[in-house]
Amino acid sequence: MNASGAATSPVITGIGVVAPTGIGIAEHWQSVLAGKSGVTRITRFDPSNYPVRFAGQLPNFLAEERVPGRLIPQTDRWTHLGLAAAEAALADADVRPAELPDYEMAVVTASSSGGTEFGQHEMERLYLDGPSGVGAYQSIAWFYAATTGQISIRFGMRGPSGVLCCEQAGGLDALNQARRLVHGGSRLVLSGGTDASLCPYGLVAQLSNGKLSTVDDQNRAYLPFDAEASGYLPGEGGAILIVESARSAQDRDKGSGYGAIAGHAAGFDPPPGSARPPALRRTIERALADARVNPEEVDVVFADAAGVRADDLSEAQAISAVFGSRGVPVTAPKTLTGRLYGGGASLDVATALLAIRDGVIPHTVGSARLAPGCELDLVTNQPRDGRVRTALVLARGHGGFNAALVLTDLPRAKAL
Amino acid sequence: MTDRFTFEELKEILRASGGVDEEVDLNGDIADVEFGELGYDSLAVLEFARQVERRYGFSIPDSAIAEMPTPAKAVEFINAQFVEARI
Repeated sequence: MNASGAATSPVITGIGVVAPTGIGIAEHWQSVLAGKSGVTRITRFDPSNYPVRFAGQLPNFLAEERVPGRLIPQTDRWTHLGLAAAEAALADADVRPAELPDYEMAVVTASSSGGTEFGQHEMERLYLDGPSGVGAYQSIAWFYAATTGQISIRFGMRGPSGVLCCEQAGGLDALNQARRLVHGGSRLVLSGGTDASLCPYGLVAQLSNGKLSTVDDQNRAYLPFDAEASGYLPGEGGAILIVESARSAQDRDKGSGYGAIAGHAAGFDPPPGSARPPALRRTIERALADARVNPEEVDVVFADAAGVRADDLSEAQAISAVFGSRGVPVTAPKTLTGRLYGGGASLDVATALLAIRDGVIPHTVGSARLAPGCELDLVTNQPRDGRVRTALVLARGHGGFNAALVLTDLPRAKAL
Repeated sequence: MTDRFTFEELKEILRASGGVDEEVDLNGDIADVEFGELGYDSLAVLEFARQVERRYGFSIPDSAIAEMPTPAKAVEFINAQFVEARI
């Protein structure tokens, strides 16, 4: 907080990406701009007997290379991914946590399903060997807050930490909680999220919402806003970001970093059958108001892009209501990764920050012919050059969660 | 009389169940180093005890964890269980 009583929005000074499009910012961004998909036939288990056989999978992630040995058998793969992304983000930001006061650093991540694969393994041992076969680490490895906790312990970050569980919306809500903590005095917050539910138990749980695509073609299964939309594909991975107070970033000669978190809003949809409208439009409007940004200042919208016809239509209508019909460039690079649940929205934020850095809007691969009613300026075929100063990232989570986050190239003063 | 439960076996179980941090050398002089200093918290020791139970079929109460602060004490405690259980 400065003398005038206004706080400056926090900036993002480090990005760690662990995604089907690549490990590390460079590989991810290169894949996104080249439209190179990380979606393949599932190899983490035999998918032959399941209706969904494709997913966004990490190409070359070996925990032995990126996670401390002791933590490998003690934690789920989703935590492995979080630890690796956290280390990469800290390196990218040139932050050495041991040199900073431990209570001024915090960890806030998003988690959608917790340690699913670890949990499945322990359930198998329960059925085969009885209760004594279940390992002691199940007590902590499955838990939604496990990744936050393990990152906090590993890097000595003892500030106010937590976890957000709002499925895909969680990645944005976690970043806003990080922003709130920075306004409250934290120096830096390690935030974002990862997910890794590509095991039979995880997939079957996801199938229950009826929104996964069963189209047997990895290039045609996930086509958001397209007339042939048939649902979405799942994926694993995500991104961890370093959210830092503008003053701390300046003191470390990091300037505005990749950009600032200027605004956010969260909303919750009315129950099915309600006469009330979905929450997304108002969520967008409140996020823009929070950022003091007018719709015409927004250079790109990273869509939630469910790939489910009704959801696509309601999102397109919300975007058009705020920005006008085809009034703003819209993109969904997540067709290259599938939906990453707790990791998806923070990866979108990472991609949006790279769009701001390089002045280019990545395109949406796959979608070609807009579905009736989706009046969007969807960026397709190739990336679109042009200055990106303000980006809006949208995310919706299963069960009614809505979130919108506004990123700007420079921090802005925010009235408290 | 040689011990039924050896130091080597303890290290093998620790490696498999609790993992090993890069900075810790289990082959070093660790017999009297506290588990916490080796990177193993109380949960790790609990998991170690479960593995020993499964391997040998006797039960180690959770309260016994306090009697196993170091690898040497753990080996000693487990061998005492063999005597007690007469196996």
